[in-house]
Amino acid sequence: MSAANRPTSRPLSPHLQVYRLPFLANLSILHRATGIALSVGALYLATWVVFAAGSFDTYAKFQSFNGSIVGRLVLGGWLFSLFFHLFNGIRHLFWDFGYGFELKDADRSGWIVVAVTAVATAAAWIVGLRLI
Amino acid sequence: MNSDLRSHLGRARGLGSAKSGVHHFWVQRLTAVALVPLAAWFAVSLVMLSGADYAMVRAWIGSPFVMVLLTLTIVIGLHHAQLGLQVVIEDYVHNDGAKLAMIVAVKFIAVFFGLAATVAILRIGFGG
Repeated sequence: MSAANRPTSRPLSPHLQVYRLPFLANLSILHRATGIALSVGALYLATWVVFAAGSFDTYAKFQSFNGSIVGRLVLGGWLFSLFFHLFNGIRHLFWDFGYGFELKDADRSGWIVVAVTAVATAAAWIVGLRLI
Repeated sequence: MNSDLRSHLGRARGLGSAKSGVHHFWVQRLTAVALVPLAAWFAVSLVMLSGADYAMVRAWIGSPFVMVLLTLTIVIGLHHAQLGLQVVIEDYVHNDGAKLAMIVAVKFIAVFFGLAATVAILRIGFGG
């Protein structure tokens, strides 16, 4: 059948603009997004160590950014990304061994990852801010 | 005509992705498993270092145990990161030239920062 006389009323594949992604799809995308964020974060971590190997004054400049509002948001976001990617990564490793593929199990493990990430991130933020 | 007597399948076997196609997947998982304890250790350490000054940070980085674990965390982390970014680039960048350039850039940047961090850690630990 040519494109011209194809019926137009057939269901279309989901368009991202009008299609609300299911819970599991959102987690999958968040795993990628946090992975990309952590890649940039790894460069930041390497830069931190390089500055620490420098003089007192150069490290002070780096440290003053970390202590700023933007710096704290970056570090806080970095910790959230790390915890989510870590816990969801463990979920991925279970899948690699063939466990938890049923939709019901994937949903449950997804919610566990969300809960554990929330607790770990909150705990890290609270303890971190108290120590400053 | 086939000049040798092997079948098409026989000649193709071992030449396709089956030869080394799982290497990327395998190293990504291997580094992931290594990073589970390393990332957990580093996250806790980072929180405990909140508010630490120059001398405290250097004393922490320079202790032998931390030197080893921190180097492992950064180097394995960057390796895992560049493997993951390669997959993301392969998924979304469809121009062959741009795709190759980005993958090469990501790998070079990862190696550069990994080596810079390693030298920095050694310098702090051994004085300089």
